[in-house]
Amino acid sequence: MPKRVAYTAKIEFIQILDENGRFDAALAEGGLADEQAVALLEHLILCRHYDEIAFKLQRSGRMGTYPQNKGQEAIAATALAVTRDDWMVPCYRENPALFLHGLPMEHILLHWMGDERGNQIPEGVNVMPISIPIGTHMLHAAGIAWAQRLRQTGNVALTYFGDGATSEGDFHEAMNFATVMRAPCVFLCQNNQWAISVPREKQMASETVAQKGLAYGAECVQVDGNDVYAVYHATKAAVDRARADGTVTLIECLTYRLGDHTTADDARRYRDPKELEAWTKRDPILRLRTHLTAKGLWDDAKEAAAQDAAKERVARVVKNAEGIAKPSTDDIFDYTFATLPDGLRAQKESMRTHSLALEPGQETLRRAEAQHA
Amino acid sequence: MPATAAATDTRTITFREALREAMVGEMRRDERVFLIGEEVAQYNGAYKVSQGMLDEFGPKRIIDTPISESGFSGLALGAAMCGLRPIVEFMSWSFSLVAADQILNNAPKMLYMSGGQWGAPVVFRGNDGAGGQLGSTHSWCVEALYSNVPGLKMAIPSNPADAKGLLTTAIRDDDPVFFLESERMLSDTGPVPEGDYTVPFGAAALRREGTDCTLVSFGRPVNFCLEACDALEADGITCDLLDMRTIRPLDAESIVESLKKTNRIVVVDQSWPFASIASEVIAQVCERAFDWLDAAPRRVNTDDVPTPYAKNLEAAYLPNADKIVAAVRSLLGR
Repeated sequence: MPKRVAYTAKIEFIQILDENGRFDAALAEGGLADEQAVALLEHLILCRHYDEIAFKLQRSGRMGTYPQNKGQEAIAATALAVTRDDWMVPCYRENPALFLHGLPMEHILLHWMGDERGNQIPEGVNVMPISIPIGTHMLHAAGIAWAQRLRQTGNVALTYFGDGATSEGDFHEAMNFATVMRAPCVFLCQNNQWAISVPREKQMASETVAQKGLAYGAECVQVDGNDVYAVYHATKAAVDRARADGTVTLIECLTYRLGDHTTADDARRYRDPKELEAWTKRDPILRLRTHLTAKGLWDDAKEAAAQDAAKERVARVVKNAEGIAKPSTDDIFDYTFATLPDGLRAQKESMRTHSLALEPGQETLRRAEAQHA
Repeated sequence: MPATAAATDTRTITFREALREAMVGEMRRDERVFLIGEEVAQYNGAYKVSQGMLDEFGPKRIIDTPISESGFSGLALGAAMCGLRPIVEFMSWSFSLVAADQILNNAPKMLYMSGGQWGAPVVFRGNDGAGGQLGSTHSWCVEALYSNVPGLKMAIPSNPADAKGLLTTAIRDDDPVFFLESERMLSDTGPVPEGDYTVPFGAAALRREGTDCTLVSFGRPVNFCLEACDALEADGITCDLLDMRTIRPLDAESIVESLKKTNRIVVVDQSWPFASIASEVIAQVCERAFDWLDAAPRRVNTDDVPTPYAKNLEAAYLPNADKIVAAVRSLLGR
């Protein structure tokens, strides 16, 4: 019997604005309007400045570890492709999207300063707390999307993760669940080429991340992740499909982590400086700025105003975040169960009143902290 | 009761270097041994424990993996069943939770389920416990949860010499060994014997000798107990301090022997109190030596809540010398 082809597939690559300033007007049709693009550039400038300040806060001992978002800001365009009611289920390198979706900027600073109140998301902001374990939240996203379907809300879940996370079983399990259950979920991989020190080619033998979704029957596409127009285009199509009939999409955004993995890392020790140089030229902010300037929508005055506004706003955000009083010892007991059990009530009381209560400022606390310094 | 092993040729090195010496020594001695985990090769380990090992042993024996704990734990198990001696590094034991099926449901049961045919001599090692503001999901103490499973061994050193001696023993052991380190101790220094050095499993070390109370601990909190002993001795209270060194097997004999002298016991354990190792020690003491107790046994654990992220709260939550001193004093009524 002759062999036949059981399955064929191809992965499309979408780019609308390339690093040389070429713009595909036909493909951009119906996408980001000029005023949206200008507002987006202002937002990206704000987020870049925020990122730089966060880095400095860590270096000056005012914050714990921080993962820089530098170079991956185009992910913000995904927030323009959803409604306010759609859900974002993030990892930790998509601040620009979360802020645009309504998360106050103070929250991310609070989180990395070691204050879990940063993860108390305000009512009406459909963003989940950032997820530090690699990949586990993708399964949560599939569950959130499934809940939207069950409850017929018409809302969609977007989940963000890196190239390294696609090696985790959770990625595969989440893709499988979402497609099988037609849960309206969009999987957004920010392929920034490096998982701490492990390059993409050591992470996977597949040519693209996008093709990993084929096995699960998802729509799969690869985009230039430093091109806000392409990121928007692919996300809008995916969100519309998900909302219409629960079709799941895996979007691979080709981008690059211009900074270190976190402030605890030094990427210079394992990355070729030439690679960094090449990707610096593909900086999403640089690209958008050049394009809008050429179109007469941006100029030096607008740039200066955007920079000033960013500095003013970030300074205010830092002041707010640092001005919040230390969390109370009550917090660790109050949020362990929905209702405080008697055993914990006693512990809570004991921590408040015992001679070893370790209330801030007490001698015992200073000794304990010195031990852990 | 065996005292701390006396060593002849020692020099002062870090806990981190002591771990590396054990691995390098065994890899030179036995070509079946290899190291696998996230960032262990090119990056020299997320905590630099495997510094320089890629250079000496090459990429076939020092293996960087995708971020896939279940994947590489299962791979190591398969390799062990086929005669190799893998060392699996978890960047943190917190990350081993996603590999639970491989490490708890497969490795410790393999020999039993195959009627003695397929052993699983894998060493799983990594950082355990609160590393210092790593938040709830990254601060797991797995000792109580994992040691519940029969078929595995669990070692938890408190100082550099034991780090080397216990890890060497672990690599040579024919069963799966869970080896619990602490990020907070990796830079600790201490005298460590040169060359081939092993510390037997199931033999507690008597770190301090006294008559008023028995202190039992393991891993990092042993160091808090030493501090507490100093403070108590200033007031004329002396304690036996037993460093258990392995949780499975547990040297309950040494505990009972000491208790029969002091008649009081405090167990210091950096994990949650409920169904903890401290609970297990006290249960065994009550079963074996109830009549020797002059006061109710005490536990010093963390509070029964997720590990807090904020610096002040994390410090308040963990065991420390003050809490130990208070517990001993409350037993003695002074």
